Amino acid sequence: MREASRDRLQAFLTLLPSIILIGIFVYGFIGNTIWISMTNWGGDGALALNPEMQFVGLENYIDLFTGFLSSGFRQDLVNAVYYSIMLLAGAISLGMFIAILLDQKPKGEDLLRTIFLYPMSLSFIVSGTIWRWLLAPQGGVNILPTYIGLPALDFKWTSSTRAVLEFNWQNLLQIFLYIAAFALILIGLWILKSNPDRAVKRWLGPGVIIGLCAWLGGSLLPQALFMEETHGFNLATLGIIIATVWQYSGYTMALYLAGFNGISQDLRDAAMLDGASETAYYRHIAIPMLKPITISAVIILSHISLKMFDIIFAMTGPDNAQTGHPALSMYMTTFRANDFARGAAIAIVLFMVAALFIVPYVVSQYRQRARG
Amino acid sequence: MNTTNSTKAGIITPRSVLLYGLLFLMALFFLMPAYMAIITALKPPAEINLSTAWELPAKFHWSSFPEALRLLKPNIVSSVILTVCATVLSTILGSLNGYVFSKWKFKGSELIFTLFLFGMFIPYQVILIPLFQTLRAMNLYGGLPGLILAHVVYGLPITSLIFRNFYAQIPTALVESARLDGAGFFSIYTRIVFPLSIPGFVVTSLWQVTQIWNEFLWGICLTRHADNPITVGLAQLAGGQAVSWNLPMAGSIMAAAPVLAIYIFLGRYFIRGLLAGSVKE
Repeated sequence: MREASRDRLQAFLTLLPSIILIGIFVYGFIGNTIWISMTNWGGDGALALNPEMQFVGLENYIDLFTGFLSSGFRQDLVNAVYYSIMLLAGAISLGMFIAILLDQKPKGEDLLRTIFLYPMSLSFIVSGTIWRWLLAPQGGVNILPTYIGLPALDFKWTSSTRAVLEFNWQNLLQIFLYIAAFALILIGLWILKSNPDRAVKRWLGPGVIIGLCAWLGGSLLPQALFMEETHGFNLATLGIIIATVWQYSGYTMALYLAGFNGISQDLRDAAMLDGASETAYYRHIAIPMLKPITISAVIILSHISLKMFDIIFAMTGPDNAQTGHPALSMYMTTFRANDFARGAAIAIVLFMVAALFIVPYVVSQYRQRARG
Repeated sequence: MNTTNSTKAGIITPRSVLLYGLLFLMALFFLMPAYMAIITALKPPAEINLSTAWELPAKFHWSSFPEALRLLKPNIVSSVILTVCATVLSTILGSLNGYVFSKWKFKGSELIFTLFLFGMFIPYQVILIPLFQTLRAMNLYGGLPGLILAHVVYGLPITSLIFRNFYAQIPTALVESARLDGAGFFSIYTRIVFPLSIPGFVVTSLWQVTQIWNEFLWGICLTRHADNPITVGLAQLAGGQAVSWNLPMAGSIMAAAPVLAIYIFLGRYFIRGLLAGSVKE
């Protein structure tokens, strides 16, 4: 018995340095950043070893969301949402599509798989540099149509100033309510089959009510700004989205292909014997079976899209307002403008958005492990 | 046996034409940037013109490569040192952690493991300012040791995860019987677990090499010019206003080459690391 407890102690002591390091470098640092975001650290003495800083509460956050001069940050935040949605939609659908094609076992499958996955091994700086050249206004992709006799495109991939799907930031509260209603309804639909009663009472009902109230009473809500400020989906971000989808759809392809290979051939043959078409097999059997893979892909890609920094830096430089991202403005605010408190507040906003996805995921993984 | 693969038999059907046509188009889209990078790197600056960007160079012109190499040499040296040191340290620590997490579970070890995993998903901006301050206070800011420390610490979640999943395949009975024979915590590791770990080390180090070689945010925030890693060097090379594009393209190819080589020659392990990184268990 004494031997066993000595072993246990040794096991714990082996882990201890890592626990301490993670404790400080992850959790301690997150706490520290939250604290910094509530101070006024910045300005002339910011880089002194013991800079002067006072507690100012939520002032930095209020300024980011409603301050007159922070409209740039708000556009970045909106961009980040669109970047995430487009990257998810693009990389998951393209990756799944290629995986289905490769699942037909074409000749040269190995070579094709290698071709589709190689972008994943590149650094964002490398792919950003190359795509910047590919998306140059008078060259690259824009002149491709001329090779088949069509006129050249003149789209400004990374410098267009047009925006679509615009909305008014004044109605910030209304927008938040819409998002909340949308999330509730989505969860409700998700569990509708397994638990209809709870889905309606807890999720769908409240979701619809909040949505209706926001729609009817939106004009009564206090406004975030004293003047109109529109933000939307900047077309300049399209080039960056294409490059990111190019880089990451091979990854989702690899995930789905591993999943498809894991489905037994018997199941497939049985479905075919029952008269299922190829399309029906994927739609009703294969893709639903891979729901855990889809969830993993969503988590990984959304956390990548929230860290999107290098590729934007390489493609449009740090100062292009149209293609901005909070990950980039955090760097600029902190290390170029020496406004540490504000940079910390941006980082925490980014962290909160990421936590929305990650916390439920990590918790559910933990539950699974604890059960298994 | 009627498998669905009419394609295999080599019969030309509308379905197989569609399949190969789509795959061909996709492959073109994925190879397009590589083609562009290579032909642009092989052109002399005077020949580079937006309207002829897709055309092959009149004559292969290799001098961009030695020129880019000269400009990026200090960055490559930094990146090699950084990648080797950080990979070795983080895989060794990850292997020990994975051993504890899989074979020496204790009350709360699953919770600790989960708290580790969370560290893998945070946007690194959220720890950047305290990291910068801490390294400065430790006198490690600006040089490679600080950057190595950052990569080792934030590499722990993923390396521990990969090794934990890898060691889960080693039968616990093997460890149990060794214990009955009187082997302790460390002797089980050195005599049984470690010798079985080679594939785990390959997967984990390939993953770490790729990540560390490609990393940019810490490189630009935590090192001074003399110690900038390759990604930062490349960004500076490509970032100037009046760049002639042959140099950044040659630089991109050189920055991509080591990882691409790993991917091409050790693809199986690379993909395994990739799948392990998606927390598939």
